[in-house]
Amino acid sequence: MSAIILFLAVIAVIAGWWLSQQRLMAKPWLEEGPVGDFPGGDTMTWPAAKIGLGVFLAVAGSLFVLFISAYSMRMNVTDWRALPVPRLLWLNTGVLVLSSGALQWSYVAARRYDVEGVMIGLLAGGASAVIFLAGQLLAWQQLGAAGYFMASNPANSFFFLLTAVHGLHLTGGLVALGRTSAKVWRGAEAADMRLSVELCAIYWHFLLLVWLVLLGLLTGWTDDFINICRQLLS
Amino acid sequence: MVDIPYEGIPGIPPAEVPDVELYHPRSWWTRYVFSQDAKVIAVQYALTASAIGLVALVLSWLMRLQLGFPGTFSFIDANQYLQFITMHGMIMVIYLLTALFLGGFGNYLIPLMVGARDMVFPYVNMLSYWVYLLAVLVLASTFFVPGGPTGAGWTLYPPQAILSGTPGQDWGIILMLSSLILFIIGFTMGGLNYVVTVLQARTRGMTLMRLPLTVWGIFTATVMALLAFPALFVASVMLLLDRLLGTSFFMPSLVEMGTLSKYGGGSPLLFQHLFWFFGHPEVYIVALPAFGIVSDLISTHARKNIFGYRMMVWAIVAIGALSFVVWAHHMYVSGMFPQFGYFFATTTLIIAIPTAIKVYNWVLTLWRGDIHLRVPMLFALGFIITFVNGGLTGLFLGNVVVDVPLSDTMFVVAHFHMVMGVAPIMVVLGAIYHWYPKVTGRMLNDALGKFHFWVTFLGAYLIFFPMHYLGLLGVPRRYFELGDAAFIPSSAHSLNAFISVVALTVGFSQLVFLFNLAWSLFKGEAAGGNPWQATTLEWQTPETPPGHGNWGKELPIVYRWAYDYSVPGAEEDFIPQNQPPRATQVVQGAAS
Repeated sequence: MSAIILFLAVIAVIAGWWLSQQRLMAKPWLEEGPVGDFPGGDTMTWPAAKIGLGVFLAVAGSLFVLFISAYSMRMNVTDWRALPVPRLLWLNTGVLVLSSGALQWSYVAARRYDVEGVMIGLLAGGASAVIFLAGQLLAWQQLGAAGYFMASNPANSFFFLLTAVHGLHLTGGLVALGRTSAKVWRGAEAADMRLSVELCAIYWHFLLLVWLVLLGLLTGWTDDFINICRQLLS
Repeated sequence: MVDIPYEGIPGIPPAEVPDVELYHPRSWWTRYVFSQDAKVIAVQYALTASAIGLVALVLSWLMRLQLGFPGTFSFIDANQYLQFITMHGMIMVIYLLTALFLGGFGNYLIPLMVGARDMVFPYVNMLSYWVYLLAVLVLASTFFVPGGPTGAGWTLYPPQAILSGTPGQDWGIILMLSSLILFIIGFTMGGLNYVVTVLQARTRGMTLMRLPLTVWGIFTATVMALLAFPALFVASVMLLLDRLLGTSFFMPSLVEMGTLSKYGGGSPLLFQHLFWFFGHPEVYIVALPAFGIVSDLISTHARKNIFGYRMMVWAIVAIGALSFVVWAHHMYVSGMFPQFGYFFATTTLIIAIPTAIKVYNWVLTLWRGDIHLRVPMLFALGFIITFVNGGLTGLFLGNVVVDVPLSDTMFVVAHFHMVMGVAPIMVVLGAIYHWYPKVTGRMLNDALGKFHFWVTFLGAYLIFFPMHYLGLLGVPRRYFELGDAAFIPSSAHSLNAFISVVALTVGFSQLVFLFNLAWSLFKGEAAGGNPWQATTLEWQTPETPPGHGNWGKELPIVYRWAYDYSVPGAEEDFIPQNQPPRATQVVQGAAS
């Protein structure tokens, strides 16, 4: 459970930093008067959707980190047999990086109010995300064909489970991406379009980061790192 | 009054919201059923939670009938008893209390108390309720599937939760886990709303330190729930896969019905870690809103500002943070590495400090207050007493050496019912008596309310206080019948029968409350806008019940904190949060 404790510590630092800006030492019973008299304590200036996405990323992050916690506890049992990771995963990773890059490009275009560039970026990002998902399904099929089934070993179970949860999050992102594309297609206000594209790009970068961490875990690249952490903690 | 230039100050929402931004119901369906108005969603949440809560109440009567009069009722067998325990616990903790405090009170009070027109994402908010309703329906359907609901205990521990021999192994456990997954998805949608509304949609002048403690409690509890529920989600998904696809996340190799099962190598302890990583914060997810609400009830009805407001806020935040590092105190007897127990016992006892600060502050708020013993206040006082009682037995159980012998006895049942059953329900009832006039525009009947309080409070004490004694004798919990054990005297059996009679009486007396709710809706005394002469913003709405968009053309401006009761020199014994400072003070302020 140390992974999730570490994650929550990070959240706690962010929350603590934010709270420290909120004049928690104020004596509200002495502070009668209009708002301008008391600096600090204003509401957040970000749009609600952006704060909402930030909170959601904390929730989704906590979900993935909990899966990782479970993974690192379960892999210590002797019946764990690491499975050969299909090479296709590397190609998929490349596609996901492209997808993330395309959305970043789209966001840059949105800041210039270059509608055509935004549209191209969104479509490229969406298409490569679909290719990534198809590639993941193909990797599942290859594993199945090679006899690595979900229930035959906990390493397999975690592989299928983690890739599935990540894929579902990306699928949800595709829905948002579709709505954003429709909005841009119909012609939206500059600020509105910029926000929607920005939120999609943030979510894509988050999922790319999660995928890189999961890939490190599933290929065993991070095993040494985990072992070092474990020795430090015990 | 004074004219203050608000335009151009960043972070302060404009006074007038353009009309197009508000959600407009176009028909009866979108006004009352598929509504995006947080107030309607709140009532929907509250009614659904109460309905399923009544089912859980009936289950507790059936358990008490069996415990008080074993062998008398042939329609209760051992399997059903386990199913009753499981469903009673799960419904009460998650589908009633969590949903009612956050979905019910959160939805109604947050926008009104922070001076917003609605939640920031109304559509997602509506979706949250419908997913919650679906979760409740899936849960309720387990009563009608072959094999009935699961009887694994509300903690659903593997391996027994999914093995044959446990009732509900066919469908019950699958539907239970699916329902939990749905609940968490629905809650996350609502939770995002509650958090972002508090962060971003507060009206002008509503700094964090001017928020009523109710909002602080609900806000902190929501943040905790958003971070803790994923643990239950992970545990549920993995257990579901163990059951459905035969994976071995949690299932060790074992012999089932004389044959070696297909499972192997899994770790039941892993499930317990995940479950209680959610399960302990869950206690405070229920408790923190109750703490917040009770602070406001006490301050309003004692006509006194809350004692130590800053301490109260800090204590809420501290409890929220600490509650994430105490989970393994539910696992002292699970076979985990024993030295963990010392760490978790220490953190558990540390959390008693902020909690005790809150109790002292409530009592000091009452000290020399102008106490009006109206029904909400009675329930608030009842809460303090039952919470202190349950909290003190928590200190016993937080210590490993005391917990080990008591862990499987009725002492634990007495402890958690006092601290997390009776105490929050006292707050729920007090809060309903307090805010019913705002929701409906009519007062609840006072005489019926007082009768309801005394029967519920005294009755709850008569039910749960003797259970401590039974627990100290060693009477085990979760048992269908006690049999003839030498260490259980016949007086214990009489006490069990007594508890059962009181439990049924208290249960039926809730009908008085239900009648009061229904009767007062039509015949209750008209309440007016602010019957309790309270300071917080929800009592200052132009209409009662608050209309569409909560406020009239302009959002309220907040000039003071939420607890200006009995201010020396003021004309009345309360000053609403949106009342500007008196002209003289403004002049003085301008001169200096």
